[in-house]
Amino acid sequence: MSDLNQNSNANQSVLSALDVSLAYDQRTIVKNVTLNLDPNSITSLIGPSGCGKSTLLRTFNRMNDFIPAFRKTSGFIKYRNLDIYGDDVDPVFIRRRVGMVFQKPNPFPSSIAKNITWGPSINGFQGDFDELVEISLKRAALWDEVKDKLHSSGLALSGGQQQRLCIARAIAMDPDVILMDEPCSALDPASTAKIEELMSELKERYSILIVTHNMQQAARASDHTALMYHGELVEFGSTRQIFNSPKNKVTEDYIMGRFG
Amino acid sequence: MSNLRTANIEAKDARIKVRWIEFTIVRSLMICALISVVTTLAIVVILAKESSGFFQEVSIYSFLAGLEWNPLIEPRQFGVIPLVLGTLLVSVGACIIAIPIGLGTAIYLSEYASQKTRQWLKPTIELLAGVPSVVFGYFAVTSITPLLQSVFPSTEIFNAASAAIVLSFMVLPTITSLSDDALSAVPRSLREGGYALAATKREVSLGILLPAATSGILAACILGFSRAIGETMAVALAAGSTPNLSLNPLQSAQTMTGYIVQVSMGDTPHGSVEYQSIFAVAALLFLMTFSLNVFSQSILKRLQKSYD
Ligand SMILES: Nc1ncnc2c1ncn2[C@@H]1O[C@H](COP(=O)(O)OP(=O)(O)OP(=O)(O)O)[C@@H](O)[C@H]1O
Ligand SMILES: [Mg+2]
Repeated sequence: MSDLNQNSNANQSVLSALDVSLAYDQRTIVKNVTLNLDPNSITSLIGPSGCGKSTLLRTFNRMNDFIPAFRKTSGFIKYRNLDIYGDDVDPVFIRRRVGMVFQKPNPFPSSIAKNITWGPSINGFQGDFDELVEISLKRAALWDEVKDKLHSSGLALSGGQQQRLCIARAIAMDPDVILMDEPCSALDPASTAKIEELMSELKERYSILIVTHNMQQAARASDHTALMYHGELVEFGSTRQIFNSPKNKVTEDYIMGRFG
Repeated sequence: MSNLRTANIEAKDARIKVRWIEFTIVRSLMICALISVVTTLAIVVILAKESSGFFQEVSIYSFLAGLEWNPLIEPRQFGVIPLVLGTLLVSVGACIIAIPIGLGTAIYLSEYASQKTRQWLKPTIELLAGVPSVVFGYFAVTSITPLLQSVFPSTEIFNAASAAIVLSFMVLPTITSLSDDALSAVPRSLREGGYALAATKREVSLGILLPAATSGILAACILGFSRAIGETMAVALAAGSTPNLSLNPLQSAQTMTGYIVQVSMGDTPHGSVEYQSIFAVAALLFLMTFSLNVFSQSILKRLQKSYD
């Protein structure tokens, strides 16, 4: 699977949205958004509550397919040149390459090891499962804490550990991109710091798109920042530029905390 | 000042009045609730009293361990095992048919069916529960049995298989509806977690939802089984009234409930042993379904806790 990553041109975007509009029934939520994700980078998506961040994020691995009211009304979403909403595209294939970590940790009610092996096993993983568990947990910085209880329930872990287990579970699929929807919003500062540290290690291998409400987190952890407001992409650029010299008044107001 | 005082007193009066109404309402509601408790207790007492008369004539051991049920003609024998066997044959058979179908339907309803399909399909299945038992019984005798006879010519007119099949229709709504509830109660976040790992619908249903809903589904099956054991009319009509110590589903069989109907509708004199025997059988039946219900309730309670 990973040859797909290597064959493609490193300069090309991993994921891109081209003039994308999204709606629930007749209500347009995301309006003509264009956004490109560089490989091996962390992009944060910020903006006030309800501006459409999650809706946009969930189109990148077609998780919105499960919401009957959802429609894409214009534009294309591309994963390395593949139009992921194309007629002949299997969403299951997209989700193998584009993993997701949710706002609330959602480990399966089974053992830690099983949480990690389930995804790869149903997707035809052929290698050594013990090794996979170890590598994934190490990459998610969880191995040392759980190595002696791999067969106890994932639900018995703390919230922060559960979230890292969910990251490990996503990593075990060896994806190309990991989408994160406010992965730290249910966590304490120490766990949040751990996950931020983890993200900067993960970008060696993966590209990350993270939705966050935490300005400091976006400033600290990401290379690029995109600001959405009322469904529109107001500004997109390097994190340094967005936070130090925003070009748009809305961006400035938002990062100065002048509105929610 | 005095105005204020009278106002105070009036307010107090009003409060007392409200409290009194409240009291009456609470009490009457409590009485309503107590009616079912008292009824249950009364049933237990009557069952105990009447069957104690029976057990003065027949030993508990020979009742529970006896292999011959021949209550009406001399030499009488009151070994309940053939009736229990008939009951189990019919109700286990019904569950073997109804559980896979019910579970399949539940998975379809909760995972595959569109909102629209679900809206008419679920009530339709639940409608099945409203069909009177006698209707099911005649359906068994007039449709299922002839069908069975055309496939297996050795099928008797009254037979356990026909009863089991018709009973499976009757418990299907219970099993389907409760299993669907259990599957739908699995948090959405778990489903999404599964889909995000590139699972197909089938893999999410079988690999995540089914295991997560196990206790609820188990409770559904036990309740279905308990209904099957207690069901009377349809079974009595379809299975006949010949107690048989046999597991052959094509033969006639008498269930515990079937025997109770047979005797209570016949002209057996009150106070005779055979009359009392129906209370002994009923007591045993009550114990069986009661423990099944308690068991499934405890599973459901544990299930609720695990989602809190
Ligand atoms: N399943 C749905 N059906 C209909 N409308 C929806 C649905 N999900 C979200 N919406 C609407 O779409 C809009 C954007 O929601 P979205 O979840 O994308 O916002 P968000 O930017 O992620 O907000 P937050 O920061 O609070 O998570 C909201 O107005 C919401 O009410
Ligand atoms: Mg959101």
